[in-house]
Amino acid sequence: MIKRQFYHLGEYVLWLQKVFSRPEKFKMYYKETIRQIDEIGLGSLKIVFIISVFIGAVTAVQLSYQFGDSLIPTYYIGYALREMEIVELAPTITSLVLAGKIGSSIAAEIGGMRQKEIIDAMEIMGVNTQAYLVLPKIVAAIFSIPMLIIIAAALSIFSGFLAAVSFGDFIPSDFIKGLTSFYDSYTVIIMIIKSFFFSFIIITVSAYHGYFVKGGSIELGKAGTKAVVYSDIFILVFDYLIAQLMMG
Amino acid sequence: MIVAKNIHKSFGDKAVLKGIDFVFEKSKTNLIIGRSGAGKTVLLKALVGLIAPTRGEVWYDDIDFYKLDIKAVRKLRKKVGMLFQGNALFDSMSIEDNVRFPLDMFTNMSDKEKSTQVNSVLERVELGGVNNKYPSEISGGMQKRVGIARAIVMEPEYLFCDEPNSGLDPKTALIIDDLIKDITDEKQMTTIINTHDMNSVMEIGENILLLDQGKVVWTGDKDRIIESNNKFIDDFIFASPFLKNMKNKAFGLEQSD
Repeated sequence: MIKRQFYHLGEYVLWLQKVFSRPEKFKMYYKETIRQIDEIGLGSLKIVFIISVFIGAVTAVQLSYQFGDSLIPTYYIGYALREMEIVELAPTITSLVLAGKIGSSIAAEIGGMRQKEIIDAMEIMGVNTQAYLVLPKIVAAIFSIPMLIIIAAALSIFSGFLAAVSFGDFIPSDFIKGLTSFYDSYTVIIMIIKSFFFSFIIITVSAYHGYFVKGGSIELGKAGTKAVVYSDIFILVFDYLIAQLMMG
Repeated sequence: MIVAKNIHKSFGDKAVLKGIDFVFEKSKTNLIIGRSGAGKTVLLKALVGLIAPTRGEVWYDDIDFYKLDIKAVRKLRKKVGMLFQGNALFDSMSIEDNVRFPLDMFTNMSDKEKSTQVNSVLERVELGGVNNKYPSEISGGMQKRVGIARAIVMEPEYLFCDEPNSGLDPKTALIIDDLIKDITDEKQMTTIINTHDMNSVMEIGENILLLDQGKVVWTGDKDRIIESNNKFIDDFIFASPFLKNMKNKAFGLEQSD
């Protein structure tokens, strides 16, 4: 079992070396990158919008329940919500959800190409398939996912504000005072750094599972599942490592 | 010309190819034939570099393929075209974009030149006017032709065809065979076809290699097949009692049951 995991780790690293090769033709890679930005970025806006609105609202409601009868000043709810969303919830939850949406789709797309011999056909043409199929997705994800995460953070704070003010006993000025208190831009930097790492993990782990798929439709389904599961695991591991390194 | 020298391939303990030596001649349709599981596809993939042999050499004219580094392999592959069993077309691209893909990726031709080249190969495979359709909108036979068009759009010197007739009716299969044969003659290519289609063997088999359990058991051309007394040929080509009797009748041999 452990030997097998090390085998995959080694294969993944070697495969990544081929992914980062010089493109045969920049114009083709550029076109593919634009297409991927559309799919990964714009295509995920709706789901990011929905989860951020609810996560922000739920967090605000739960914080107000926790802090409600305590001696902690009420404006702390705004402060705590902002910190939680920026440092943890927006980057991590959004990335976990995107791993499910984008990761399974990438594994299925590349795995399907493998099964239909399209990857072999491209190899025969002389295309560096690792680079052509994966590099534009990485560039597109590193460009789009951090933006999605910034949008998610903003939306969840806003929805938290609406939830707290609408259904709680808070006056907007208290909440806004909390939101603007003790602001440290370092937390935003942590969020951006996390989003770069998570974008890279989602794309490469999913594409790796699709690229090396063997067998038929059952194996393709399993590759999709593995892509999501391993992306999620790596996201959480790196979430911890980044937190430890930057805040520990 | 492509030369296979002592090609061995094993998957674990199972030896699939056991020392294949053969010369695939230029300007001829070279056929790899044999029963299912004989090693045809593995040999074809070893020749084209999709499966590395365990031992042996593959020479493209004076180039030892398995001694090349990855850059040189990719350069050589611009001279190679391949038609896949399942066609391997990009579902999300139109027919024109499918055929145009290698030109977009590897040439500095202008858009007009590319369009001219794409239209020319589509006309050559008798598919003029379908440029804007998608693979799912055309028949299996037409998809094969698109596959051929894409394989020859870069004007390759070597053409590989993996089971070009699979899934086609006999009439369409013959049309595809003739098309491959004509293109081979026109472009003076080295064409290697992996098939177990009897009609193909008798129609376009100019240089045939019969495999059985990973070994070469017969070589020759379509004219020599009929008169061959080779047991493997009999088992493969004249597998049915009907055909066996036909052959025996034709040559005045004893009839089988």
